[in-house]
Amino acid sequence: MQNEKGSTVLKHVDWFTVILYIILVMAGMVSIYAASYDFDHANMLSFAEFSGKQFRWIGLSLLLGLVLLLIDVRVYENYAYVIYGSVLFLLLITIFIAPDIKGSRSWLVIGPMSLQPAEFGKFATALCLAKLFSSYNFVLNASRKNYMLALMVIFLPVVLILAQKETGSALVYLSLFFVLYREGMSGLVLLAALCAVTFFVVAVKFTGSLLLGIPSGQAAVFIMIMVLIVAMLAIYCKDFVAARNVFLWFVVSGAIATILEICGITIPGTIFFISIITVSLVYCTLLMFKSPARKLLITVGTAAAAVVFLFSVNYAFTSILQPHQQMRIKVALGMEEDLRGAGYNVNQSKIAIGSGGLFGKGFLNGTQTKLKYVPEQHTDFIFCTVGEEEGLVGSATVILLFLILILRIITIAERQPTVFGRVYAYCVASYLIFHISINIGMVIGLCPVIGIPLPFFSYGGSSLWGFTFLLFILLRIDASRRERSF
Amino acid sequence: MRKDYNLEKRRYVIGGFIVIIALIYIVRLFSLQVLDSKYKEYADSNAFLRKAVYPSRGIIYDREGRLVVYNQPAYDVMVIPRDVKQFDTVDFCRTLNITPEDLRKRFVDMKDRRRNPGYSSYSPQRLLTHLTAEEYGRLQEKLYRFPGFYIQKRILREYNYRSAANVLGNIREVAQKDIDKDAYYMPGDYIGDIGIEHTYERFLRGKKGAEVLMRDALGRIQGRYEEGALDRDAVAGKNIKLSLDIELQQYAESLMMNKKGAVVAIEPSTGEVLCLVSSPSYDPRLLVGRERGNNYNEMMRDPDKPLFNRAIQATYPPGSTFKPTQGLILLEEGIITTGTMFPCAHGFISGGLRVGCHGHGSPLPLKPALQTSCNAYFCWGFKAMVDKRSKYGSSANAFDIWKKHMVSMGYGYKLGIDLPGEYRGFIPNVEFYNKWYGAGHWSANTIISISIGQGEILATPLQIANLCATIANRGHYITPHVVKEIQDTVVPKEYIETHTPTVASHWYNDIAEGMRMAVTGGTCRLANLADIEVCGKTGTAQNPHGRDHSAFMGFAPYHDPKIAIAVYVENAGFGATFGVPIGSLVMERYLRGHIPPERKYLEERMLQSNTIQFAGTKKH
Repeated sequence: MQNEKGSTVLKHVDWFTVILYIILVMAGMVSIYAASYDFDHANMLSFAEFSGKQFRWIGLSLLLGLVLLLIDVRVYENYAYVIYGSVLFLLLITIFIAPDIKGSRSWLVIGPMSLQPAEFGKFATALCLAKLFSSYNFVLNASRKNYMLALMVIFLPVVLILAQKETGSALVYLSLFFVLYREGMSGLVLLAALCAVTFFVVAVKFTGSLLLGIPSGQAAVFIMIMVLIVAMLAIYCKDFVAARNVFLWFVVSGAIATILEICGITIPGTIFFISIITVSLVYCTLLMFKSPARKLLITVGTAAAAVVFLFSVNYAFTSILQPHQQMRIKVALGMEEDLRGAGYNVNQSKIAIGSGGLFGKGFLNGTQTKLKYVPEQHTDFIFCTVGEEEGLVGSATVILLFLILILRIITIAERQPTVFGRVYAYCVASYLIFHISINIGMVIGLCPVIGIPLPFFSYGGSSLWGFTFLLFILLRIDASRRERSF
Repeated sequence: MRKDYNLEKRRYVIGGFIVIIALIYIVRLFSLQVLDSKYKEYADSNAFLRKAVYPSRGIIYDREGRLVVYNQPAYDVMVIPRDVKQFDTVDFCRTLNITPEDLRKRFVDMKDRRRNPGYSSYSPQRLLTHLTAEEYGRLQEKLYRFPGFYIQKRILREYNYRSAANVLGNIREVAQKDIDKDAYYMPGDYIGDIGIEHTYERFLRGKKGAEVLMRDALGRIQGRYEEGALDRDAVAGKNIKLSLDIELQQYAESLMMNKKGAVVAIEPSTGEVLCLVSSPSYDPRLLVGRERGNNYNEMMRDPDKPLFNRAIQATYPPGSTFKPTQGLILLEEGIITTGTMFPCAHGFISGGLRVGCHGHGSPLPLKPALQTSCNAYFCWGFKAMVDKRSKYGSSANAFDIWKKHMVSMGYGYKLGIDLPGEYRGFIPNVEFYNKWYGAGHWSANTIISISIGQGEILATPLQIANLCATIANRGHYITPHVVKEIQDTVVPKEYIETHTPTVASHWYNDIAEGMRMAVTGGTCRLANLADIEVCGKTGTAQNPHGRDHSAFMGFAPYHDPKIAIAVYVENAGFGATFGVPIGSLVMERYLRGHIPPERKYLEERMLQSNTIQFAGTKKH
């Protein structure tokens, strides 16, 4: 019975994903070998080398994957809360018993091994969220309590990991909003998040030249808020008359302000923008008496929130963020060229990747990585090695492999007969989206430096095992979708 | 199982999101890796350390093949700051003859990134330069006690003779402006300073080679790149053969000891400078090694200006050595013939103007005038030319022609010797006098003193020697130069070309004859040798700095000149007292190889005399 069951599982496993997984971990090991290659001693599988150690981790992972596939799928569903609770407990005690390594208390040292429990929080949270959503009659939008529960599942590990001072790992959980979105959360939340990021970047980055006496970035955000109001009135509320009126109001007042400016009368920018936006919002509020009020209310609320957000950005940036975080953000936004400090890593990694050219310098011929110009090159900055030695062809191939994997997981998610399976699969996809876009974005200088690993590539057992757990539990759930669909 | 197809569509939003991110990243990679080539350069400059391999600098020989300047190894103390451990500073300082304060200061300077932009605590830094052989030996023995320190060999100049410092020049460490001017140089390189070390720098320096080494992020060397495939060998500098006779130079310098002035001797047929003395001079070895800076500053402060190359930089009134040029112009312009006589009433007296002269027959023609250095003759001749309106229309026109003749003889402009810093002297032109006196308000009488090499006229000893070479050649000269041959290179054509002044060649015979008469029975009788026909002309130049300058120019032998010379001794009185003896002794030494016993007294007198004491004292 047991044997037969095991073989059925292996028959139904999504081999496409397994092969992608094997390609990625092997490519990762080769990259780690290249990244830590020393001219003197070179043996890819030597356990004294990072690549050898990673090889051991990979072997153990495959074994682990097999074990995960053989476990009855009901175990994951039934014990989801238990697993979640245990991992939370582990995260909690880690804060107190973990040694201080570079300012963070996230590594549990067990004999010769170091483990990072935060990596295992991901699959536990995913299981828990999946379990929650699959509970009887659970509809996210049905009650506020459901929302609160979902958010609590997401934010409990975030709080614990933040307490370990592992900001990067904590931020990963924010990607679970994609899951909430898929399960019915309003798209406005994602839009708001997108607007928030854009407004933040624009307001923080463009502090230079003045427009109406305020920094041009702030003025640009005000204008974007005005565009947002018009767009929401037109697209979301479908009230084209109101949209036109508000648009004309903005254009006319903008023109007047411009003319006054040319004549030498400068209107204080903040007061100007605030007042014309307020007038437009009052107009929208008045409209509620004759039109459906809810969407208008949301529009007004969004716009008002955006204005408040803009004012809090400055405060948040200068008062809440720590100086090194401010510096990382400034470096990522291209405002600082601090090549010896925070910008050093990013600059050197850009040099490594940029010097690769179309086809790269060839395996083991990368000077940037061989001569250790890129710090953390076998962990967070592993993508540099690919870029330098394999060029655009190699690095684009890696990006495409990850893209295919994520799209495959989304496909798997949508074919799940159970909510549990679908939500879990989307959790996996969300984590991967976040890890991959932030890690590669950081290495190529598009995102701030947030220390999170590149899945399957970066050196380290915890990260590899964490993602192996995530992926193989998904494959196990997927393999038994047929028996569950009836 | 609930199915909400509206929500199912959201997979495309999530999928689209990651597709867009992937596309953005690939475009970004394309721009970083393919469109932008600067990252490749950054990576190379990160990883590759191009270490210079220094060539040996060209050796300098004199015209007889004697070794003059060569290379000697020097030793610098290098330090890799990261590797330095606690060490006995007292012992270290005693070994190297420096004070602990000095050592501390050197470390501070070394770490100052403004003074030493290439500082890295992982890479070798230069702490102390130019150890003596003794210091080198002592430190080498104790080096094991000072981890992080090592000794680097370098090349310095060594001089076989203590003379010709102003001709040879020296080498110094490059300054930032040298690096800005020529990218060949890197901090710590040496560059020729003054003299031929400067002029022929491009030949002498050779070509640096390079080793391409790989350097890691901490600045540590990780081996050669591709087993040295990109390495280039250094090419040794070219050797140079001077036209100078270094022993003649030494001899002339010894005669000029305790005197201020210059001696320039030229081989007339080639324009090769046989000796070029500026006195007082200095030992070229003073500008080598650790004390270079101190010695240099001391010489800069020396009131006798040993660094000032009087042979090419001092501009003196030429005095009577100028008279041959006047004879040539007057003959060429047809103002006089060799038979034309002018009176001399113990001087030139015209319109209340008087230029004194000394006792001799009157009236007299050109050659005796040269023989006796008659001032009046050349004043009258000059006046006859400049005031000859019938021929020239105006004094200004006449003077303009006079000036053109002078310039053609090498006066008023740089001759173009291959030494840096040559001065052009001064020959006034019409505009100069028009500005001074007003157009039409001057005539021959106004400016009469220039006819005897006084007044506004200024010339360098080199220009006077060149005039003498022109007379010796009977009407042409080759630009004087101090380098005879450059290894593997032909001599630049400006040092082969013949220059012909605007005065016809045959007039020079008459001038040469007059100069011969000056030696046999005139002002230069001290230069009259038994078996060598010497020609000469004295000069006694009044000047605002004190006693008259004693000058002489001459050549020998009369019919087949091998040497032409100009001597200028500041504030030494009559030309005959110092100029003639020194000039004749140098010529004799060159032609004969030694000074015969009967003239040893003259040599002795010159060696013993001291005129530097009169320099700068007002004429009484």
